[in-house]
Amino acid sequence: MTAPFSFSRVPIDVSALRAALADPACGGYVAFEGWVRDHNDGQRVRHLEYEAYEALALREAERIVAEAVVRFRIAHAACAHRVGDLAVGELAVWVGVSAAHRDEAFRACRYIIDEIKQRLPIWKKEHYVSGDSGWVNCERCAAPHSHEHGHGEPGAHP
Amino acid sequence: MSAPLYGLVLTGGRSSRMGKDKAALRVGGRTQLEHALALLAPHVARTFVSVRSDQRADPLRGKFEQIEDTRENLGPIAGIIAAQERYPESAWLVLACDLPLLDAATLEFLLRARAPQRLATAFRSSRDRLPEPLCAVYEPASRSTLAAYVARGQHCPRKFLMGADVHLIDEPNPRALDNANTPEEYASAMSTMGEAAAAATRHVTVQYFALLREQAGRGTESLVTAARTPRELYAELAQRYPFSLDPAVLRVAINSEFGDWSAPLTDGDSIVFIPPVAGG
Repeated sequence: MTAPFSFSRVPIDVSALRAALADPACGGYVAFEGWVRDHNDGQRVRHLEYEAYEALALREAERIVAEAVVRFRIAHAACAHRVGDLAVGELAVWVGVSAAHRDEAFRACRYIIDEIKQRLPIWKKEHYVSGDSGWVNCERCAAPHSHEHGHGEPGAHP
Repeated sequence: MSAPLYGLVLTGGRSSRMGKDKAALRVGGRTQLEHALALLAPHVARTFVSVRSDQRADPLRGKFEQIEDTRENLGPIAGIIAAQERYPESAWLVLACDLPLLDAATLEFLLRARAPQRLATAFRSSRDRLPEPLCAVYEPASRSTLAAYVARGQHCPRKFLMGADVHLIDEPNPRALDNANTPEEYASAMSTMGEAAAAATRHVTVQYFALLREQAGRGTESLVTAARTPRELYAELAQRYPFSLDPAVLRVAINSEFGDWSAPLTDGDSIVFIPPVAGG
């Protein structure tokens, strides 16, 4: 079996990832694609930059996929995430799940993308049309206040 | 022929006061469970992890040979009983998983003092002079007495030792058996370890990502530091670099695994401070 999670510096090859999930025992396949949007929080976004702490992200992603397999009894799951510079419209993250039935596939796919967003050490820098830029979720949590941000969850140990 | 000695680490507690799994807390760069198993290993023929049935698939415990509780809601005594049922001919060196200050010398002392003709050998607590049931040797002969005790509806292992024919000895290190049930006790144990190492400095590598990388002006560095914990290391680095992120919004990774801000830093550790994430 291929690794359940990978990082890519070049466009994600969805057809290869999808093909690896094929299984005669599976009647349902669900995929999620996250795309680079041209706006965020009222700002026009020109392009994005993703950075990851890959050694830890790969371990944590394997745990997320293993959790999904146990919880939803799916057959296979795979995910890929881009790092580096991305233009508006590009595919940033892909999650695919195959299972005997569609319900498990839908739920597991949702679980995996939600956990990826919460738990993996991946960061996104937005470059705006205005010329500004900023690391998402980091610019407004400067000292001294904390814990009010609804993101990242420093205390949420898996 | 004398009975084989096997080792058992009890991990079936609910960790409710700690708020997270005590077996997974870190001590000296590894989990408390691994710490306890490493202390046992030189003295016993085999080591086992005592688990509740719903902990079997837990990845931390899954790496080791397990003995599953056969009775529910009895607390630690259930683990000892399950081990004795599985290997009735063995003596058991039993350890709780939440003894971060337990050292090799204390265990060696226990085993040298062991009296195999008695039902068990245990330390007398330095605090209240009562037996410490969760760092003790239980001889095979204790099995029927212990089973009868539980059959009477009793399940406090300390009271069992108080009423049985047990060899009690004094602790050579009065803090070795301090257990850490709450975040405060854990922090206190960590600071005791820290004090012992206070004079020392250590060589660590720090990797920076995202906003911290930009603010540090570098992706990685090696440094010699007197910081004893990641918390102290971040405070030290924040003196040097214009870090805008409060440590409360960061997480810390030690050697490519999520870690604890109060864990003692060890020579050669690789540390990453993790800013709020934004994947997907």
